[in-house]
Amino acid sequence: MANATAGNLRRSETVFAWIMGAPAFAGLLVFLILPFVMAIGLSFTNQRLLSPNPTETVGLRNYDRLLSVSLLSLDPLTDEATGEFLRDDDGQLQYPRSRNITRDSENYPQYEGFREWFAFELGSTRHVVLAKDPVFLRSLLNNFTFALVVVPLQSGLALALAMLINQKIPGVNIFRTIYFSPVVTSMVVISIVWTFLYDRQVGLVNQFLTTISGGVIEPINWLGSASTALIAIIIMSVWQGVGFQMVIFLAGLQGIPDVLYEAAQIDGANRWQRFWSVTIPQLRNTIIFVAISTTILAFRLFTQVDVMTRGGPQNSTSTVVFHAVQRGFRESDIGYASSISVVFFMIVLVIALLQRRVLSQSEE
Amino acid sequence: MTSISSTQSQQLAAETSRRRMWGFVKLGLTYVFMSLLAFVFLFPVIFMIVSSFKSNAVIFEDLRSFDAFLPTEFSLDNYQAVFNRSNFGLFMFNSVFIVTTTVTLGILANSMAAYALARLRWRGRKAALTGVIALLIIPFETIAVPLLFVVTRLVWLSLSGGELSLTTSWLNTHHVQIVPFIADAFSIFLFYQFFIDIPKDIDEAAVVDGASPLRIYWTLILPISRPIIATVAILQFLTRWNDYLWPIMSVQGESARPVMVGMAAFFGQTPDWGQIMAYATMITVPVLIFYLLFQKWFVQSVASSGIKG
Repeated sequence: MANATAGNLRRSETVFAWIMGAPAFAGLLVFLILPFVMAIGLSFTNQRLLSPNPTETVGLRNYDRLLSVSLLSLDPLTDEATGEFLRDDDGQLQYPRSRNITRDSENYPQYEGFREWFAFELGSTRHVVLAKDPVFLRSLLNNFTFALVVVPLQSGLALALAMLINQKIPGVNIFRTIYFSPVVTSMVVISIVWTFLYDRQVGLVNQFLTTISGGVIEPINWLGSASTALIAIIIMSVWQGVGFQMVIFLAGLQGIPDVLYEAAQIDGANRWQRFWSVTIPQLRNTIIFVAISTTILAFRLFTQVDVMTRGGPQNSTSTVVFHAVQRGFRESDIGYASSISVVFFMIVLVIALLQRRVLSQSEE
Repeated sequence: MTSISSTQSQQLAAETSRRRMWGFVKLGLTYVFMSLLAFVFLFPVIFMIVSSFKSNAVIFEDLRSFDAFLPTEFSLDNYQAVFNRSNFGLFMFNSVFIVTTTVTLGILANSMAAYALARLRWRGRKAALTGVIALLIIPFETIAVPLLFVVTRLVWLSLSGGELSLTTSWLNTHHVQIVPFIADAFSIFLFYQFFIDIPKDIDEAAVVDGASPLRIYWTLILPISRPIIATVAILQFLTRWNDYLWPIMSVQGESARPVMVGMAAFFGQTPDWGQIMAYATMITVPVLIFYLLFQKWFVQSVASSGIKG
């Protein structure tokens, strides 16, 4: 009798569990798992967003287009009569155009579909790196550059800010609130305001630099030049996001037992030594977490780029997500954009697994 | 033991007062430094708000000096212009409607699922929990494009003019910005962590009294879960309110456009910076006020989102 009741209870708990879980589980299934699985499936097709033509399976063609890289070595043009190198007015060697070769599928079938990504010269030979989608590779490179600069810079500044506001002095919470405020502000708004701040002629950033340098620093065309646009977006992103890591570091700092600092002090350690021998080792897991999550955030970069530069100038600020949106949404090439999504997910997965690996090592 | 001579005690007193002086100076310098940093974090917002009350000519005039951060002019013309030139009221309504609906339904659906995972015994519980945790790793950006494809192929029952009808695409609607975002693996995870720590004997007494799990969830568990509800609500509010990627893809018309897309579109059409700043101020200041009122909760919530992993 008692067993039967327990059994009934058990069964009714199962029923209730499914009823109560159903809305959320169904939502995750349809709007997260389904698109995720479809991304993998669609990446092997030529699916369009809306198209009258039937969808076809194209095998690995999307991935081939995405990742193919080739090298083309060009010798300088020579004068047919004398055999000497041809030079232009500035005395520079002249080379055949890579475009003439990649478009010449009759003589160079191996270079079909490739476009010039970048070129460099070694000796008198010009090496042209070709890619089937140079914009994607440039975007990937931009994401890596962004991560490589932002992760140490933002984490370091965040730790410094956290230590600054971890002091027990009156009013310190007001400063915490202020430093954190950009985190809750919309990235669209921040991007628009900073576009104005970065303006070449009237922007406050240039005005400030000119004033403090006494006119030595010339006005910089921050967002309009391929060499500075990514830096401009990096500076703004660090400014916006640093409060987030600051708060996480603050929680980490407050978890360090005071006795450790006292012990170090008794041992005669100065401030600097205490920082390296107590703070940093104690924050190890926090640092790893912050570094990894900032890296993943760096790969998700999109809004700033879309609002401020549209990936330009010359793709210098294009990112993987921006490229996927361009291809998948603005050109409605769902199949190709799906392959970008899959590659993007692989990168995130590797980073996350790396985190788990490092964290489990530290626990041993 | 000899008593301390008067010169020694004078030296000691001088030493302490010097130390105290140095302490004050150091404290003062710390405040100066922290205030300078505060300005670094605040100046764009100050500039935005102050400029929203100035005409274009005055904004550019003031840019040459510190006046850029001072309210040298106070006119509501820019605000008037935003309402005249764009559908600001409609976009604001859309955003508020989308965000409140998503957050409210999300709290219900995700906390119920978390309750089932944390406090009910059923076959498949472990697998479902592992599944939810595994989903945490998928960033929205990786599924955005295929999700767009999915929603173009879904149907929706709509009631227009007193008649039920089936519409065949979710694009350009409010629900395309609501329904996909109700279920959220991270919210479930946060609720789960909170529920699992509630002592089991709280509901055992209720079970003996014959209360159903649904009743226990509603009358016992939810009322003591206010802190985690606040955390989830704040996190979801911030992501939904500030969302940009999804609405630019799924909503192109104006009827269901949220303010962030409206802001970006306005920015693309208008050369008048005063009006742009007025638009930006109107969609930023309410959130900032909300943040100032509940800043402790905001900071804690975002910090707790950092503990995942």
